[in-house]
Amino acid sequence: MGGSTTLRTPFLTRSKADVAIIGAGIIGATIARELSRYKLSTILIDKEADVGWGTTKANTGVIHAGYSEDPHTLRGKLTTPGNRISKQLCEELEVPLKRIGSIVVSLNRKELPVLNKLENYAKILGVTGTRILKKDELHSMVPHLTPKAVYGFYAPTAAIVSPYGLAIALVENAQANGLNVLLQTKVLGLEKKRQGITLNTTSGDVRTDFVINAAGLWADEISAMSGEKEFNIHPRKGEYILFDETIGEITGKIIFPAPTPISKGIAFAPFVEGNYAVGPTDEDIQDKEDLFTSFEGLKKVFNSAEKFFPEIPFKRYMIRNFCGLRAVADENDFIIRPSYNMKGLIHAAGIQSPGLTAAPAIASMVMDILKDQGMKLHPNPHFNPERRTIHRIKDVDYKTKEKLIEGDPRYGHIVCRCETVSEAEVIEAIRRGATTLDGIKFRVRCGMGRCQGGFCTPRVMEILSSELKTPLTKISKRGKGSRLVKGKVWDGSFNV
Amino acid sequence: MYNIKVDIAIIGGGPAGLGAACKAKKLGIKKVLILERDRELGGILPQCIHNGFGLLYFKEDLTGPEYATRFIEEADKLRVEAKLNTMLLEITKDKRIFGLSSKEGLAQITAKAVILSMGCRERTRGALNIPGTRPAGIYTAGTAQRLVNMENLLPGKNIVVLGSGDVGLIMARRLTWVGAKVKAVVEILPYPSGLTRNIVQCLEDYNIPLILSHTVVDIHGQDRLKGVTIAKVDENRNPIKGSEKFIPCDTLLLSVGLIPENELSKSVGIELDKATGGAFVDQYMQTSIPGIFACGNVVQVYDLVDYVTESAEIAAKGANLFMKGKLKNHRTIAVERGENVQQVVPQRFSLGKQVEPIKFYIRVQHPQEKVKVALYWGTKEIFSKKELIVKPSEMVVFEVSDEAIRKISKAEKVTIAVSKHEKNT
Repeated sequence: MGGSTTLRTPFLTRSKADVAIIGAGIIGATIARELSRYKLSTILIDKEADVGWGTTKANTGVIHAGYSEDPHTLRGKLTTPGNRISKQLCEELEVPLKRIGSIVVSLNRKELPVLNKLENYAKILGVTGTRILKKDELHSMVPHLTPKAVYGFYAPTAAIVSPYGLAIALVENAQANGLNVLLQTKVLGLEKKRQGITLNTTSGDVRTDFVINAAGLWADEISAMSGEKEFNIHPRKGEYILFDETIGEITGKIIFPAPTPISKGIAFAPFVEGNYAVGPTDEDIQDKEDLFTSFEGLKKVFNSAEKFFPEIPFKRYMIRNFCGLRAVADENDFIIRPSYNMKGLIHAAGIQSPGLTAAPAIASMVMDILKDQGMKLHPNPHFNPERRTIHRIKDVDYKTKEKLIEGDPRYGHIVCRCETVSEAEVIEAIRRGATTLDGIKFRVRCGMGRCQGGFCTPRVMEILSSELKTPLTKISKRGKGSRLVKGKVWDGSFNV
Repeated sequence: MYNIKVDIAIIGGGPAGLGAACKAKKLGIKKVLILERDRELGGILPQCIHNGFGLLYFKEDLTGPEYATRFIEEADKLRVEAKLNTMLLEITKDKRIFGLSSKEGLAQITAKAVILSMGCRERTRGALNIPGTRPAGIYTAGTAQRLVNMENLLPGKNIVVLGSGDVGLIMARRLTWVGAKVKAVVEILPYPSGLTRNIVQCLEDYNIPLILSHTVVDIHGQDRLKGVTIAKVDENRNPIKGSEKFIPCDTLLLSVGLIPENELSKSVGIELDKATGGAFVDQYMQTSIPGIFACGNVVQVYDLVDYVTESAEIAAKGANLFMKGKLKNHRTIAVERGENVQQVVPQRFSLGKQVEPIKFYIRVQHPQEKVKVALYWGTKEIFSKKELIVKPSEMVVFEVSDEAIRKISKAEKVTIAVSKHEKNT
């Protein structure tokens, strides 16, 4: 067991594991952590330089109550249990989860049947505490809402969480319990052997008994490596605008418009860290690498923001726009089953919304399939379910601040001004596996604030360079091809 | 934790904070403390290695570091105290200040008067909501300036600058000097937003094209920037379909405006002016909270550092008067923005026994020739001054005589406006 404590990746020439998971998004990470409860050697493989950098890092961060999906689908069945398990999971991993509740707002009396349908789903799926809100109550719960809003559907169990924060925590905890992680590694092929499967990767071969396909947008291509493409995944683009925390509490709840058949619509979601996101749009596209936000898309987001909250001066608080791609299977449902073509390959694919919520339930379903397929599960006697978060100087009271600085003076050196992040936090993020500017940003929020890294980028580059013993000129935003600078201004020589 | 008491606490050790500290000492105030979050004093000046600083204040052409050094040396001589690497978290109404530093842990400072001089920050891509991808290679001009001038790092080799703010213009020239190719400076307005001298000395002298009435409408490249799409804009600044043009580049610099950094001011509940983004101040640079003053770019973004220093000295004088109890119970007259006035500081003034001339610092909304800058009480013109040309990039300084101020002592509010002046007046 043991396992390394950081994400730094050794180059493998040949390696052996009981289970290989392809994709270190929220699904792969949750499954990896479940597997770490058992005496198994597991390897988690991802093509990016860090965990959670696909769909996981760009979504609304909502733990849905579970009323919005058809109860006959896996999306319907797994969401409510996922919501329930998430609470304990986040407590164990010290990941902040705020159960703030959600309200679907209807601006039109004709939408009442839609809300009634949601309530019916909620009943069938066992979502607790939901009810229809009449106009007065709706407006007293959401003060700045447009006067046009007539009904609301309230679900108190909906929550918010940082999706990438959760993925990082899951992987950290799984690593402490023995998981191996292989980053910046693409899977090129799967070979069925007499015993198990061999993965050909850009970092060498991995021999394993089971392969779990949690490759998100690329899961169909992994399935094709079994000899035949078993399903199609297409990207559904969602554009967002992020607002600075100084916009204040627009609403304490997550607000959705009445849903359409393909989407829950453009939501208003406070982030656990204090910013505020509005989005996503939904647009079915072809290119899995098309991460362009568009003038039209952002305009849609903006118009929706102004439609629901006409009083809020959104424009003044914009700090970033981004987009994410949901991995939508043609059948529009999760695909969680063994491969038809290759024994030992198990798919956890087509995980679109509400995948973040369903993740823990998806993981236990995958565990059941593994058992079914003959995997022996002996409990890992050293399994420790707990993981400690990085202490944030910003979040603690003055007394604790002082104590932290006493223990490590670098806590008193603030590197990121907008988000009040100290040098000690940045160093700890690196110790836990961050190797890039974005890796630091997603762990401790340097550059997430209103100046978007204007002040802290040079400082964080310096710390990365000195901690990783890498020249400044090689520090990147997010690994391959994304170096931040193009060299030195002056090479230090006097030969002009 | 250390807990100290001072006469004046100055928040930020850039040109404004240094100017205020030196002036306060010269006025005889004993304990003057600068609190600075960076590892050195001078604010943004140490990275501004170009010249053009101090033409008004010192009547000399200095570089940024030289301008800063004059004040740092003077502050040292005057025994101004400074705490570096100290990040402030909160100011309370009773003028207690809480901060953090590696050396001393938690700091609590109690002051008789506070001068805010936190400066400003740059607007980012997110604030403009430019669509496209999010690759490496997009920097604000000031960050790029720090990388080149302080860290010896070259942000890129093929560069497009969006916005013709002064820092962007200076960086276009600087990057050309170090071997990069600056392909264009793109400005959404039909006129440049930086100083005329910078347009000439930084762009024209190096044949760098300035593309007016255009903006960046798309950003390309997954990992590192590969290029930007620019488009012509109509009079409402909306991109015109069909006018798009792709420019390959590995770096985009943004010089699209500066925003006064007022998070601390908000924490104590100081009233902010939407027009300037800074605190409402009177002619002593006193904010809405008695005893808390503000100066420099945290109040309004000035075009010249010389004006920053000027405002700092006024704030120090104000703080001195406050500590002597001489700023009490004065009647306040509001200054409203009239025609072609985008912002004006001070936004109000008070009348005491002694009436002195007041200098108003004005930014206009749009360029205009042969104008009159005037102070009105109702429709009545009280005082005016003619200007040959005014532009948003260059501050108009409008000094109103004490005599004129006396004439409006009964007013509730007055208006400052810039208008075409008629013949024969």
